[in-house]
Amino acid sequence: MQSPTAVLSARSVSVYYGSSLAVRQVSLDIPRGEIVAFIGPSGCGKSTILRCFNRMNDLVASARVEGQITYNDRDLYGPKVDAVAIRSRIGMVFQRPNPFPKSIYENIAFGARINGYRGNMDELVEGSLRRAALWDEVKDKLRDSGLALSGGQQQRLCIARAVAIQPEVILMDEPCSALDPISTLRIEELIKELSGDYTIVIVTHNMQQASRVSDRTAFFNAEATDAGSKVGYLVEYDRTERIFHEPAQEATRDYVTGRFG
Amino acid sequence: MLFNPQLERRYLWDNLFASATWIATGLAILVLLVLLADVLLDGSPRLSWQFITSLPSRKPELAGIAAALGGSIWLLVLTALIAFPIGVGAGLYLEEFSIESWWSRLIEINISNLAGVPSIIYGLLGLQVFARWMQPLTGGRSVLTGALTLALLVLPVIIVSTREALRTVPDGLRQAGFALGATRWQVVSAHVLPLALPGIMTGTILALSRAIGETAALITIGALTFVPFIPNNPTSPFTALPIQIYNWVSRPQQGFHVNAAAGIIILMVVLMMMNATAILLRNRFQKTLT
Amino acid sequence: MLLDSVCLSQRPKLRFNSKIAEILASPRQSVPMESFSQNPSLWQPNRQASQQTDLLVRSILGLFSFVSVATTAGIVLTLFFETVDFFRVIPIWRFFSETRWTPLFASAQFGIIVLISATVLTTSIAIAVALPLGLLSAICLSEYASPKVRQILKPALEVLAGVPTVVYGYFALLFVTPLLQKIIPGLQGFNALSAGMVLGIAITPLIASLSEDAIYAVPRSLRDGSYALGATKRETIVSVVLPAALSGIVASVILAVSRAIGETMIVAIAAGQNATLGLNPLVSTMTMTAYIVQVSLGDTPAGSIAYQTLFAVGTTLFVMTLGLNVFSFWFVRRFREKYD
Repeated sequence: MQSPTAVLSARSVSVYYGSSLAVRQVSLDIPRGEIVAFIGPSGCGKSTILRCFNRMNDLVASARVEGQITYNDRDLYGPKVDAVAIRSRIGMVFQRPNPFPKSIYENIAFGARINGYRGNMDELVEGSLRRAALWDEVKDKLRDSGLALSGGQQQRLCIARAVAIQPEVILMDEPCSALDPISTLRIEELIKELSGDYTIVIVTHNMQQASRVSDRTAFFNAEATDAGSKVGYLVEYDRTERIFHEPAQEATRDYVTGRFG
Repeated sequence: MLFNPQLERRYLWDNLFASATWIATGLAILVLLVLLADVLLDGSPRLSWQFITSLPSRKPELAGIAAALGGSIWLLVLTALIAFPIGVGAGLYLEEFSIESWWSRLIEINISNLAGVPSIIYGLLGLQVFARWMQPLTGGRSVLTGALTLALLVLPVIIVSTREALRTVPDGLRQAGFALGATRWQVVSAHVLPLALPGIMTGTILALSRAIGETAALITIGALTFVPFIPNNPTSPFTALPIQIYNWVSRPQQGFHVNAAAGIIILMVVLMMMNATAILLRNRFQKTLT
Repeated sequence: MLLDSVCLSQRPKLRFNSKIAEILASPRQSVPMESFSQNPSLWQPNRQASQQTDLLVRSILGLFSFVSVATTAGIVLTLFFETVDFFRVIPIWRFFSETRWTPLFASAQFGIIVLISATVLTTSIAIAVALPLGLLSAICLSEYASPKVRQILKPALEVLAGVPTVVYGYFALLFVTPLLQKIIPGLQGFNALSAGMVLGIAITPLIASLSEDAIYAVPRSLRDGSYALGATKRETIVSVVLPAALSGIVASVILAVSRAIGETMIVAIAAGQNATLGLNPLVSTMTMTAYIVQVSLGDTPAGSIAYQTLFAVGTTLFVMTLGLNVFSFWFVRRFREKYD
C-alpha cells in the first residue's frame, strides 16, 4: 500500500554488484517531512538502498538496480528521468565529511551556481550556513578553505552545502560515524531542526541516534549466501517507538536490545 | 523558480568537453603514428644489408651505419658494465644497509634532482672530467668517456628501480634469514637479491634504452660525427647511432636524409628489442612473486 | 642475538634511533652456541669472517651510493670553475647586458639574453602545445576511458615518451616544417615554430602521466560530494577534481617547462643556429642548448673563450632547470591538500 504522502517509495528493490546480489526485495515508503532511520549490522545493505534514492549507484559501473523506486509518484529509474536533475532535488551527506578544497563560501555557492541559482548568492550562503548552525562560527572566515574546519564543522558545512540547493529530500549516510560525541550531538540537533522543511533519510549504525532523531525506523539484516557473500534484506519498518519498544520480529528485538551479534 | 538548471545546455558542454579530451589523446597518438609512418616511408627503401655493413661515406648511397651501430653496441656494453654494479650497489645500500637516515635522505633528494638535470649538462661534466682530466686513462673523446658519461646519466634511473624492486621482496624473507643467524649481506645476497633481480634487470634495460637514444651528451663530450671505423678498444674514438642520424639530418642533401630515416629505423628496432626484453622480464617477475 | 631480533622487528623506526644504530654498526658479540648444540665440534661458524665480509660489502656499497652525490658535486664544480674563468675574461655585466651573441666573431659579444630569448620562445610554444594535450589526455585516461581502452592508450603515450629526441628532430625538420610551410608562406626552413611544436609533443607524455597521477589521487568522496549536488561529470571534473589536483598538475607543468628548456636535439636540428634576439617563431633562432651543440661540433681547444662559453651557458641552463625543479617540489609540498 503506497501512502498518499510518500515522497520516495521503494517496491521490491534488489541491488546487484556485478552478478552478486547485495540487497533483495526491499519495499518501503518515505513519508514527506519525516525523519526515517535505517539501522542494521554492517553489510545489510542500508547504505546501498540509500544510494538508490538519488541514483548515486549509477556511478558504480557494476551496480544494477531491479524493482521500482518512485519519487513523487514518478519512476526514479524511468527512461526520461535524469540522474543529475534528481540529485539536485535529493541531496546527500556522506559518511566522512567531504568539503571541496575550496573556500567555505565556494563550497556552498558551487551547487547553487551549477544549478542556475538566480537569487543573491551572499544571502543564500549566509542562509544555508545559518540553517546548518554554522554561520556564527565561520562568518568571519568565509574565504578560508573548507578543509581548515574541524570534523564536526566540516560535516555541518556539507549539510549547509546540501541545503543550499533547496532539495526536497536529504539522504544522510552515517553522517556522524567519523565525529566525536559532542559534534555528533550538534548534528543530531541540526537534523531535528531541519525535519520540518525536509524529508530526511538517515543511515546509522548507532541505535541511540536512530531512537533520538527519527520518526520511523527500518531495520535491515543480512544473511550469508551459499556463495559466501552477504545479502541484505528489510526485516521490519515501523514507527521508531514501536521498533524500539514492541518490535514485531524476534530479530529486531534482539538487535535493538543489543543481544544481536 | 529560483533555480534554472538548464540541463540541456550543460549536457552540451559536457559532450564538447568529453570530445575535447578524446581528441587531445587521439591527436597525441596520431602524431606518434604519423612520425613512425613518415620515418618508415622515408627510410625503408634504403634499408639493406649493404647499409648495415657499410662505413660512413661522403656519398650518401655508399654510406652505411656499421660504425655507428658498432659504436652504440660498445657504448651499451660499457655503460651497462659501469652503471649496473654501481646503480644496483647504491640501491642495495640505500634500501638494505644504510642506517644513517640523513645520508639516505641526502642521496634521495640528490637523485631526484639529478633526474631533472638536462642530459647536455652531463655532457659538459663528461667533457671536463672524463675527456680532459682523465684523458690518459680514457683516451679523451673515446667510447669509454661516452660510456662513463652515459652511466652517470642513467644511474638515478637504475638506483630508483633497484630500490623499487627490493621493496617488493617481502620482509618476512629477510627476517627468516636473520633468525638463522645470517649477516645482512648473507641474507641479501642469498635471498633478497635473487628475488629482486628480474625487477632490477627490467629497470636497468629501460635505463640503458634511454642511454642508447641519447645524443646531446655524446655530442658535447665531442663524439666525432665522421668515424669511418668500428672502435676496437675502449679508448678508441667513436660515433653512435643517434649521432650518425643527427649528422645525416643536418646535411643538406636529400640522400643523407634518407640515410637518417633508415638509421632511425635501426635505432627504433634496437630500442624495441630492448623494451620487449624488459617487458618479458617484468611479466616473468610478476609471475614469480604472486 | 636478542638485540638483533629487536632491531629487526623495529627496522623502520631504527633509522631514527642513532643509539641503536651505533650498536648495530659495531661488530656484534658472539653468543656461545655450545649450550644449544649436543656436539660442539659440528658447529664452527666462522662468524668473524662473515662479519668482515659484511663490513667490506657495506663499505663498497656505501661508496657506490656516494657516486650520485659525487656526480652532483662534479656538475656543480665543473660548471662553477669554468664559469668563473669565463667571467675573469668577460665581465659578468657584459654577459647580462649585451644584446648580441657572437662569441666566435672578431667583435665578440656575449649577451646571454639572445640565447635565453630563443629558449623562452621554443619552450613557450612547446607548453602551448603540451599543456592542453597533456592535461586533456590525463583527464581522458583517468575519467573517460574505460579500463580496457586505457590499457591501450597509456602504453601508446609511453612510447611517445620513449622516442629518442633526435628522431623528433628529424620529424620536426623534415615533416612538420615542410607541412607548415604550405600553410605559413614566410616560414623559414629552420624555425622556432615547428621545433617548439614537436618539442611540445615530446613533453606531452610527461604532463599527461604526472597530471594523471595527481587526478587519480583525488579521493572518490569529493567526486561523490559534487555529483550529490546535481553536478554533471564535466562540472565535477572542472570545478572539483581539477582544483583538488591543482598542485600536482602545476608541478607537472613546471617539470615539463624544465624539460623543454634543457631539451637539445629537437631545437638543435629544427630551430637552426642563428643567434638573434627576438621572439619571431617563423625564423631561425638558437637556444642555449643548440649553442652548446654548435660549439661542441667544432674543434674548440680547452681554455679558449669559446670553450668557456660552453660552461657559462651550461651554468645558466643548469640554474634555470634546477630552480624550476626545486620550485616544483616545493610547490607540491606547500600546496598539496591533505585528505585522509
